[in-house]
Amino acid sequence: MTPPFPRQDDYVRVQNLRRLFDVSRPWLNRMIERQPRQILRAVDGVSFEVAKGETFAVVGESGSGKSTVARMVVGLLPPSDGEVAIAGVSMTDPRAAAARRQLRRRIQMIFQDPYASMNPRWRVDRIIAEPIRAFDLIRGEREIQARVGELLTLVGLHPDDGRKYPHAFSGGQRQRIAIARALASNAEFLVADEPTSALDVSVQAQILNLMRDLQDRFGLTYLFISHNLAVVRHMASRIGVMYLGRLVEIGGGRELFATPKHPYTRMLLDAVPDMSHTGRQRIPVQGEIPNPIDPPSGCTFHPRCPFANARCVAEVPPFKDGVACHAVHEGRLVPGMQAVA
Amino acid sequence: MPPPPEMIPPPASSAPILSVRNLRVEFATRRGVLTAIDDVSFDIARGEVLGVVGESGAGKSVTGSAVIGLIDPPGRIAGGEIRLGGERIDDLPPERMRQMRGRRIGMIFQDPLTSLNPLYRVGRQIEETIRTHTDLSARAARQRAIDLLAEVGIPAPERRIDGYPHEFSGGMRQRVVIALALAAEPELIIADEPTTALDVSVQAQIIALLKRLGRDHGTAVMLITHDMGVIAEAADRVAVMYAGRVAEIGPVDAVVGDPLHPYAKGLMGAIPTLAHSAERLAQIPGSMPRLSAIPPGCAFNPRCPKVFSRCTVERPEPLPVGSHRVACHLYDESGQAAA
Repeated sequence: MTPPFPRQDDYVRVQNLRRLFDVSRPWLNRMIERQPRQILRAVDGVSFEVAKGETFAVVGESGSGKSTVARMVVGLLPPSDGEVAIAGVSMTDPRAAAARRQLRRRIQMIFQDPYASMNPRWRVDRIIAEPIRAFDLIRGEREIQARVGELLTLVGLHPDDGRKYPHAFSGGQRQRIAIARALASNAEFLVADEPTSALDVSVQAQILNLMRDLQDRFGLTYLFISHNLAVVRHMASRIGVMYLGRLVEIGGGRELFATPKHPYTRMLLDAVPDMSHTGRQRIPVQGEIPNPIDPPSGCTFHPRCPFANARCVAEVPPFKDGVACHAVHEGRLVPGMQAVA
Repeated sequence: MPPPPEMIPPPASSAPILSVRNLRVEFATRRGVLTAIDDVSFDIARGEVLGVVGESGAGKSVTGSAVIGLIDPPGRIAGGEIRLGGERIDDLPPERMRQMRGRRIGMIFQDPLTSLNPLYRVGRQIEETIRTHTDLSARAARQRAIDLLAEVGIPAPERRIDGYPHEFSGGMRQRVVIALALAAEPELIIADEPTTALDVSVQAQIIALLKRLGRDHGTAVMLITHDMGVIAEAADRVAVMYAGRVAEIGPVDAVVGDPLHPYAKGLMGAIPTLAHSAERLAQIPGSMPRLSAIPPGCAFNPRCPKVFSRCTVERPEPLPVGSHRVACHLYDESGQAAA
């Protein structure tokens, strides 16, 4: 159950977030071919809260809008509609601009490809010191270098590694550098978009463990974006499942995996190839994600859903009691995995 | 659905379809000769799926390329032999090998678009493959292409056969590539990360398809992937590769459930699973060595928690331990764990 909104300790509040992209052909083509404008609803009415010190994960398949949510939360992409508030400061209200500037350094992002987020011509110590200098957190070159060395040690590298360039490091080490840079500004909220998807499993384990250790040590709050359900299960205290731009279910980690409510969550859990499933006979999943430019009517999952009826085709299900599904709301579908068979 | 009795593959005691013995692949570079694959041996039986798993740089894709004869200079097969149905194929002239590919060995790669020509209708590409390798008439080849598309689960195949690759979604394209690989009824299919680019819900469909086709046609499948979940579900046997060598090979339940090699153990512990949420994942320190700096003795020794003096000087041979074969000094020749 999602507690009634708003909760006292909510650190991040996202309300009815929406983002449209205009993917129309150029004006002249539209006129000649008599085509209407085409609008892609990447994110459509997403609301969730993240408590301080918790890890909230957003999972979904490609095109579900999870990365767009992450980019809007950190302010890299302006929302078309809706509200994001972090630590009580609105990220969208122009009147909160001064407070927002204060907040900026406390929010950092970690990307899937750390190499793409680093200047290849800068040495690592300069990369990590950049937020310290930009926010004027520490004065004096020697003090800054000491802090950089401390940060490198914190993420499991050696202070001398600061003299090298990013290309001299492996993928996992670069992700450690990206984390050190995120912590350089004393960030308290990290948005990690597929931080381990490009890494090998043994290195992935190192980075996930590091992220958890740092969270315990500094009380960090994470928004964790991933397509990998097993990774999400390992990292998150609460999980939101996205499908075609909408949140279809939010639940506590344990609860979501033990008693999934939404048929899509059940399908995902059943579909994931997992080590604990040797030789399993699976229930075949039907269909693929539809084209988001022209999504199905009503509940967008209805063409693939074994429980869909006429109401699902016509009416968008409201988000209630942690799930957006008519079948669950009407009591036609009881939470749990068994019902799928 | 269980396959009809006549399609159940014969027991593994029959001669293997693919047999790789002491394979060695080298790349000549400016800084000397790098050994990418070093003394790798394995067999794949009829109807069997062998999973080849490892992290990047383990040599799993190079092994696959060696089997299909697609190692380009400066790489070369420097030793060992590869036999398909008893016949040596690693020393065939390029033209003979080209005929072998497609006819006797089918290939499926990670990105289906690399295997499909964007300018031709998918039907034409499948028919061309069929007619190159068999003597069917144009009409029969088209019918066979439609049957193949139906078999790999493409809806309305008699209409979709005239579609272009861009008109198919990622999962459907991969199905077309599988149909293409099956076109000449090969004995062996090499699938290199066939599901890595796909979403999980589609991934599951493709795994189920590969598994079923292997069984129904008696095709041997070499499934190369970094994803232990895919291996656990699709493979009958698994080979775990590390730094160009096979660290452990055995039946999938045994290797995934009870790995013996310290690297395989670490790898299984490092993977988060859906079954339970561990407080901490097991962690292997460091990362895979570069080909130019493979340590002497056992390649895993600098990262191994159980390393002892012998590991740094003497290279372990793969020896049978129970149902596995393990290349590790911890297990002595009697197949018992050494003290």
